[in-house]
Amino acid sequence: MNWNLLLPYDFSPLTILAYLLVASGYIVALKALPGDEKPGPVRIFAFFLGLLLCYAVMQTWFDYYSQYMFFIHRGQHLILHHLGPMLIALSNPLPILRYWHRQLAPAMGIWALPVRWGYNIVQQPFIAAFLFAGLVYFWLWPPVHFNAMLSRDLYWVMNWSMLLDGLLFWWLIFDSRSPHDTPSLGYGKRILLLVLVAVPQMVLGAWIVFNRGMVYDVYEVCGRAWPMSPADDQLIGGILTWIPPAMMSVVGILILIGRAMKDDRPRPRHRLAEELTP
Amino acid sequence: MTFRIPFARSLVISGLVLLLTGCLGEEQAWNAKTIDGMLPDLEFTLTRSDGETVTAEEYKGQVRLMFFGFTNCPDVCPATMAKLTQAIKAMPEELQEEVTPLFVSVDPNRDTPERLGEYVNFFYDRTVGLTADEPTLRKLAKRYRTTFGYDEPDERGNYNVSHSAAIYVFDGNGNARLLLRPDLPTDQITQDLVQLAGQARS
Repeated sequence: MNWNLLLPYDFSPLTILAYLLVASGYIVALKALPGDEKPGPVRIFAFFLGLLLCYAVMQTWFDYYSQYMFFIHRGQHLILHHLGPMLIALSNPLPILRYWHRQLAPAMGIWALPVRWGYNIVQQPFIAAFLFAGLVYFWLWPPVHFNAMLSRDLYWVMNWSMLLDGLLFWWLIFDSRSPHDTPSLGYGKRILLLVLVAVPQMVLGAWIVFNRGMVYDVYEVCGRAWPMSPADDQLIGGILTWIPPAMMSVVGILILIGRAMKDDRPRPRHRLAEELTP
Repeated sequence: MTFRIPFARSLVISGLVLLLTGCLGEEQAWNAKTIDGMLPDLEFTLTRSDGETVTAEEYKGQVRLMFFGFTNCPDVCPATMAKLTQAIKAMPEELQEEVTPLFVSVDPNRDTPERLGEYVNFFYDRTVGLTADEPTLRKLAKRYRTTFGYDEPDERGNYNVSHSAAIYVFDGNGNARLLLRPDLPTDQITQDLVQLAGQARS
């Protein structure tokens, strides 16, 4: 095996620093948390698997192939926008986040407020869904896509925006807090959001698959990683935009239905009484 | 609740408009894609077809048209070469001298400097044939966000090479200015080159 393939193609110190911070932050919090709050081994594994997957597509030779093959680029975004953040959100890092919130909130003082406002705005369900599907459309809009693949800076902005948005969205969907006792989003709404984001992605993917012309000529212009037919590249890339994201939504919906059933509680008596009296 | 969505949408739309006008807000009209600020300045150290090692400095002040290929290339490179030659020869004569095409072969195993020299002279004798060992070429390609790859050789040792089909245009100062896509009509290339070479003069 060629170990060099594990080295970054386009070395980004900021990216590596960010991943190191998140990984060490997780471990520090894990050690500091009391036993009953500590996530179990499966959750820890899910978190680091998600983190490692995202790191691998950004800072190994995988990134090289993503830059010069459309379908691998789609695979990269599938991990950055779906699979990686989904695993991280499912691992329920809430105790870790709470720990760091306790540590950092006092130090942030007045700055905590605008951060919270910003967070609340982007996590407004419709805005979150719009951002999630909108970012896919935005970066796949042919002129924007061309620039993003040509300009190194824009390329990094693209990948980071996909990852951050993925984290926000899947955290909104898989928030472990029950909507019965916290203001987190109701299960029905979460399922609705998953449907809302799946449909436009399927439409876009199908459009790419059935498009007879060359939609993304940047791979032709900038050279492919190996001589592959542009039509095949576009076809596989389109399928990767179409099917797996839709499947992720289906998986998400199944998980949420399971949670909603487990979390099913009798309605509070006073509400029941209200409904019975005409 | 009701005003939030249109507000967010209008934010996104105004963002898009800003981005678009940022891209299109050019003083001059170009036919080719403008890439100002998107790619680094021209910089290379390569072997010329006469065996000399040359850098970008050698052709300073010239409008430089860099493109990648290989001499065994069946279609893309000869077509690009022919088109470029035609576009340059259609320019006013005094401006033709301001333009230097740089053909970078990404197939150093087969393209010796001599062979490269014959190839570029066949099309347009002002074309500079350049090549280097593979790691140097990889570095250059990476700098300009492009790559190349080799197919498995067949029984006669022939293999295909994937490479960029575009021409990267740098002005006299070495700034990346235009990207000529392979489907750009010849007369439009001429217009752009005249405009760019004229700028360098004035």
